[in-house]
Amino acid sequence: MYEFEFARPSSVAEAVAALSEEDAQALGGGQTLIPTLKQRLAMPTTLVSLGGISELKGISASGREVVVKGGTTHAEVAEGASAYPALAALAGQIGDPAVRNRGTIGGSLANNDPAACYPAVALASGATIVTNAREIAADDYFQGMFTTALEEGEIITAVKFPVPEVANYQKFLQPASRFAMVGVFVAKFADGVRVAVTGASEEGVFRWAEAEAALSANFSADAISGLTVEAEGMIGDIHGTKEYRAHLVGVMTKRAVTATG
Amino acid sequence: MPKDIDAKESGIGAATKRREDIRFLTGTGNYTDDINVNGQAYVHFLRSDVAHGRITSLDTSAASAMPGVLRVFTGADFEGVGGLPCGWQVTDRFGEVMQEPAHPVLAQGKVRHVGDPIAAVVAETAELARDAAEAIELEIDELPAVIDMKAALQDGAPKVHDDLTSNLCYDWGFVEENKEAVAKAFDAAAHVTTLELVNNRLVANPMEPRVAVGDFNRATGESTLYTTSQNPHVIRLLMGAFVLGIPEHKLRVVAPDVGGGFGSKIFHYAEEAFCTFAAKALNRAVKWTSSRSEAFMSDAHGRDHVTKIELALDADNNFTALRTETHANMGAYLSTFAPSVPTWLHGTLMAGNYKTPLIYVNVKAVFTNTVPVDAYRGAGRPEATFQLERVIDKAARELDVDPIALRRQNFVTEFPYATPVAVEYDTGDYVATMDKLEEIADIAGFAARRAESEKAGKLRGLGVNCYIEACGIAPSNLVGQLGARAGLYESATVRVNATGGIVVMTGSHSHGQGHETSFPQVISEMIGIPEDMVEIEHGDTANTPMGMGTYGSRSLAVGGSAMVRATEKIISKAKKIAAHLMEAADADIELKDGKFSVAGTDKSVPWGDVTLAAYVPHNYPLEEIEPGLEETAFYDPANFTYPAGAYACEVEVDPDTGKVTIERFAAADDFGNIVNPMIVDGQVHGGLGQGIGQALLEGCVYDEDGQLLSASFMDYAMPRADDVPFYQVDHSCQTPCTHNPLGVKGCGEAGAIGSPPAVVNAVVDALRSAGKDVTHIDMPLTPARVWAAMQG
Ligand SMILES: Cc1cc2nc3c(=O)[nH]c(=O)nc-3n(C[C@H](O)[C@H](O)[C@H](O)COP(=O)(O)OP(=O)(O)OC[C@H]3O[C@@H](n4cnc5c(N)ncnc54)[C@H](O)[C@@H]3O)c2cc1C
Repeated sequence: MYEFEFARPSSVAEAVAALSEEDAQALGGGQTLIPTLKQRLAMPTTLVSLGGISELKGISASGREVVVKGGTTHAEVAEGASAYPALAALAGQIGDPAVRNRGTIGGSLANNDPAACYPAVALASGATIVTNAREIAADDYFQGMFTTALEEGEIITAVKFPVPEVANYQKFLQPASRFAMVGVFVAKFADGVRVAVTGASEEGVFRWAEAEAALSANFSADAISGLTVEAEGMIGDIHGTKEYRAHLVGVMTKRAVTATG
Repeated sequence: MPKDIDAKESGIGAATKRREDIRFLTGTGNYTDDINVNGQAYVHFLRSDVAHGRITSLDTSAASAMPGVLRVFTGADFEGVGGLPCGWQVTDRFGEVMQEPAHPVLAQGKVRHVGDPIAAVVAETAELARDAAEAIELEIDELPAVIDMKAALQDGAPKVHDDLTSNLCYDWGFVEENKEAVAKAFDAAAHVTTLELVNNRLVANPMEPRVAVGDFNRATGESTLYTTSQNPHVIRLLMGAFVLGIPEHKLRVVAPDVGGGFGSKIFHYAEEAFCTFAAKALNRAVKWTSSRSEAFMSDAHGRDHVTKIELALDADNNFTALRTETHANMGAYLSTFAPSVPTWLHGTLMAGNYKTPLIYVNVKAVFTNTVPVDAYRGAGRPEATFQLERVIDKAARELDVDPIALRRQNFVTEFPYATPVAVEYDTGDYVATMDKLEEIADIAGFAARRAESEKAGKLRGLGVNCYIEACGIAPSNLVGQLGARAGLYESATVRVNATGGIVVMTGSHSHGQGHETSFPQVISEMIGIPEDMVEIEHGDTANTPMGMGTYGSRSLAVGGSAMVRATEKIISKAKKIAAHLMEAADADIELKDGKFSVAGTDKSVPWGDVTLAAYVPHNYPLEEIEPGLEETAFYDPANFTYPAGAYACEVEVDPDTGKVTIERFAAADDFGNIVNPMIVDGQVHGGLGQGIGQALLEGCVYDEDGQLLSASFMDYAMPRADDVPFYQVDHSCQTPCTHNPLGVKGCGEAGAIGSPPAVVNAVVDALRSAGKDVTHIDMPLTPARVWAAMQG
């Protein structure tokens, strides 16, 4: 690590102010940022911990919407998002207990790792990312690997999830990291089905339009039997080729649909 | 618990709980990183981030001026100092000795792998050292790297070492005189099975990364190195005699608690020599603690063989000849024992459990721009076992015979058995271990289990194999002929205190194996005193006799034997003292249950009276024997030991994703006599986990430019608890070793040697059950690879 200053504000407003300084950076659960700092791949002047801000914690449900505050840990979501079981189940599959007890939904979405789990549920649910400044539709929020619509110093304060009629997340583990090699979240709403795929694409999380159309017409695994995603544009690495990931997208989508039954 | 953990409460055969675990599990161990010497400074190594290049400029002036920096060292500081030595010289098939490049402590002019140390900053804190390392101005003229072994041997390939004639370290033939006879046998064969395969490169990844603390005492002129080592005496010898020129009496090496080694902590590393050297230069202790990232690019890697193996059979399916051609990766430099691994620890095992009369092994060892490769749990023997047991499986399929029956038909059944590859198996019973395996693995029930799996949409496969290993390395006179530059005996001093307690100082090092528990069991059995009256000390050259350390499953077979010999001397002397005390003849004294008695009488003296007399010799035959009760023995084994066994693995394969899960794994081992069956179970479990890790998960991968792609746990998959099943292990088949006093054979590596072929055989079997024409998949059998194999 390089030397840095440490701030622990108690409100979002104070945090925003602290983050307005040059090269200040927000610290959520630190499960991504701390390893990055230890490897000296980042050099913030000030780390602004969001851990002491009570208004960033908690889960609430009303009608067909679940709101998760930006500083809520994966463990808290796994435990407390019972109004949206597929969301809770997804959170419970992230990392290991130590990671889940510290990592936060805001940190995960801000980081937008191409193999992370939360982007899949946010995009498939048509969630809204709420920040200190504005509300961003998930469809506009994810802009490619590690890239989002967030501005410098902008804090994710909450995520609003419309709750689907049925939904399921299928995660195929990358053998070493156990992040998603391919993760597919299928969400069926009254007005159609949304399918979001994480882990697979060089562009980060994406919606699989053909599968959405087919499933909207006929919500069954058979409906997507003939469908495939293009291998071109998928991630190819030591854990699997582009073709393999493209194949897994189909398999995991079918499994997600079947699992909702 | 297995059946053989019986009711015996102490001594040989008891499942005594490991006394060392209390400190390991409660965080009270004393590891090298726990050692902090007054006033110590910290070193950070600047390492190469390119695989191959020429250093064109190295300016440390800015770094030297950084706050807290004591000194920045470069290769220039080591010009008068020796390089890291290689402990084994192989002679090639033309009678020439291997090519042996220099291995500088810090790079001299060239860097040869990612992670090669270039400069070292010593500063007041580790963070300041790291800060300053970033201020070193370094320019490297990058050169094309050689990564692929076959490409490295082509004419015109870039040379890793400019002063060598090529990248070929040696071209070894074994047994060279048999080459023609083997070729003839292949010409005459009724069937020949050929298989090309890769034994994947691995990173040992012990839980504790390497650490070194160098210290220098100006008052005595003595250097001390605290280090994470499996063999502190070997490090003292190599570093003192070859690198730094410090005589043994001025150099102490301490390896305290060590958190796993698996081979990777046998070798003498640059960082150890650096810390010892710098401590003297700066008159300050110097500490280095490896980060996990550094470990990936500086700990010696394991395996990395590419092999073509051919098996010849006659019309009755008897094995008639075996021929192999292996390329073995040495990496950029020769690590301490690297040359011995693909040769004498590999070629000599190619007979396996079978009476194949003719064998020819060819190994080309190759330099590449990668981290040095050396012994890793099993070292050479897993590579031998894997190729042999894979080719037999393939032959069984080609001939449409039962793979177990084909093995049984070719088993060695008479002992001693002299193989055509220079070693003689003293004992064994391969039929018995296979019978036991069929029972504990419930081979008969496999068909029903396969049907169940198929109902659930899964493919199920069964893989069986045998293994043999040579442990207890080794007769010194033999290994001397084979190129070892060291002896391979072991030592023990048994010190009996006045009140009867015993301290054993052994050259065997324990880094997880449980010596502190199992060694006292042996003494307890011999003398008849409680185990807790015996304490084991190891790991410090200042208070243990010269020993060769722990690897090759040698501790109990060689180190334990030395302890037995020393204890026998103790008992013999104690009997003389007892005879004097009881006014009887020496020959009439018996020792049982901690009591000396005179045969045929009811006269006796307890152990404690005799030991007290030895140190308070008021009533003592001083003119005949010396006071005191302390003896040392060195034991040099007459032969290797040959543990053997049969393993069975059952897998399920998900046909949609290629994911393999291990459903059952059974291991029937013959380790000879067993001192602590619980510890043996643990050793087998750990070995199986590592073997399964190699088979399914672990792969160290470089790209063509020599960048390490699997440089962290994000990309290098270590086995986790849920990757392995509950094991059925059995070691009730026991054919005791005939040439060591305990009749033990060694159990530390068996699991890692025997399990990879079982897993691969099982996966191939599963895929074939679905009609896939798959004959082999290279490890690790990741879901992606298995799926790709299924696509044909
Ligand atoms: C061993 C391990 C396994 C893991 N496995 C998985 C897995 O299977 N699936 C998965 O999805 N993830 C996994 N992760 C990542 C984990 O979920 C992280 O917690 C997450 O990616 C980052 O969240 P954090 O709160 O820890 O953020 P931090 O690490 O603190 O920060 C990450 C980034 O987000 C920014 N940030 C943090 N909070 C906010 C906020 N509220 N608003 C705006 N910016 C913010 C930071 O400035 C930083 O740039 C794993 C991590 C580890 C260490």
